[in-house]
Amino acid sequence: MNVVLEASGLSKTYRAERGSEALLALADVSLALGSGEFVSIVGPSGCGKSTLLKILAGLLPASGGEVLLVGARPEKLLGHVGYMPQGDQLMPWRTTLDNVTVGLELAGMRRREARESARRELDAFGLTGFERHWPSALSGGMRQRAALLRTFLAGREILLLDEPFGALDAITREAMREWLLEVWESHRKTILLVTHDVEEAVFLSDRVQVMSGRPGRIRATVEVPFPRPRTLTQASRPDFIALKEQLLAPLREEQRERLRVAAQ
Amino acid sequence: MKLMLGGRLEPRAPQSLHARSLLRRVGPPIAFGVIVLALWQAYVALSGVRQQVVPSPLEVARALVRDRAVIASGAGTTLEEILIGYGVAIVVGVALALALASSRLVERSVYPWLVVSQLIPIPAIAVVVVLWTGFDIVPHVIVIALVSFFPVAVNTIDGLRSTDADLLDLLATLGAGRWRRMRLAQAPSALPFLFSGLRVAAALAVIGAVIAEWVGATSGLGKLILSYEDQTATPDVFAVVVVLAVIGVALFSAVGLLERVALPWYRVAGEQDARRR
Repeated sequence: MNVVLEASGLSKTYRAERGSEALLALADVSLALGSGEFVSIVGPSGCGKSTLLKILAGLLPASGGEVLLVGARPEKLLGHVGYMPQGDQLMPWRTTLDNVTVGLELAGMRRREARESARRELDAFGLTGFERHWPSALSGGMRQRAALLRTFLAGREILLLDEPFGALDAITREAMREWLLEVWESHRKTILLVTHDVEEAVFLSDRVQVMSGRPGRIRATVEVPFPRPRTLTQASRPDFIALKEQLLAPLREEQRERLRVAAQ
Repeated sequence: MKLMLGGRLEPRAPQSLHARSLLRRVGPPIAFGVIVLALWQAYVALSGVRQQVVPSPLEVARALVRDRAVIASGAGTTLEEILIGYGVAIVVGVALALALASSRLVERSVYPWLVVSQLIPIPAIAVVVVLWTGFDIVPHVIVIALVSFFPVAVNTIDGLRSTDADLLDLLATLGAGRWRRMRLAQAPSALPFLFSGLRVAAALAVIGAVIAEWVGATSGLGKLILSYEDQTATPDVFAVVVVLAVIGVALFSAVGLLERVALPWYRVAGEQDARRR
């Protein structure tokens, strides 16, 4: 396997504010992404998933450990990997088309060319006919697809997605999963997705890493053996459910433990 | 591969202002105004109160026609002061906001003094400003700018700060440095805030003009109020007040109009929110 992004022994400590202790948000997190892989990190909210993604994107310095890109330590991490924060972050003052081209514009492409290459993808992202609309006129699912198109168009090989479907209703979310796999398969990107939804993680990924909170660390790593292309009906098959249970067990255990501590 | 995911919205036809919806919007306030004026007229006629104490609306209208030349000339002076002072306020307010937003240290050193500048009673300052700069247009412009720059500055600062940190992060990963993040994200998200500030400042600019002229002026509507007051020409005082109000409303509406033109997305987003609610 051709490793494109590797993190070893990452830790993150937030400096103490007055009157509180220093917060250890991440402790000894290691992971490796192979070229073209789809990996998910699943964990409860507040477990440091977003912090991990921000470190990998180069937005936050790690307190310890290192991040390697294709085996080498980059001078500057920022700008090498695609990053999609929580929420679609579409700019309300730009039309849909001008929102998705912002990465290309920042890369120095002429506006006309940027729009041309965006137009070629509109169909695949279900946005045809809406390129001139303000984001406020789009449905939640469309906004999320526009945000993903913006990330895809920026042309990075590795994409970090922070709960991309977290704000959507259950039905839209399911449809978006299937759609994301199609797009991923046709674009051959390497994706690291963070979610609190175990089913989503299993359905989408080659590998799922379970993260526990305070401090955030990887509890378990599970390979997902199901063949691709996958369809939504697979999610109700016994082996799928068994794998889901296997991943949920350590998370449930941790929650019980936390409640016990809180009760004392 | 064509997708039909989620709720697909049909592109909407642009909303045209039909005569009926216009009537529904401006009809009630006009009717209310007319009723108040009628009641006022009736009160003056029935109570027999003197026109020098409470002039009737019709008497005010007559004064307005009678004094039109004098009032027009005064309005010219005052309007000029207001427009220049307001312009200075916008430039200074926005420049201050950008300076404060660009550095924590500048913000911490200057912001408290901005607040202090607003706690000093403006008429008191106006006296000093007139003392320093004389009786012509300059002190008036300074006083107007002093009272109206604050809402512009404060709103713009809030606007520059309102940008979502995640959006700034996203732009950073796309290669935007500090300046481009400011231009692409912070400045546009500050614009609606700036326009709110401009509306408040428009109202304050008119007040500032009157105060400045009361302290010392040779012409202008504020000065005119003082002269008519000396002659106990109360209907004429009211006539000048009406013209001042018209100037205020005009300035306020011009800002609103400019906002509609400059921020088409903002109105659309607001309508969408209203519909969802």
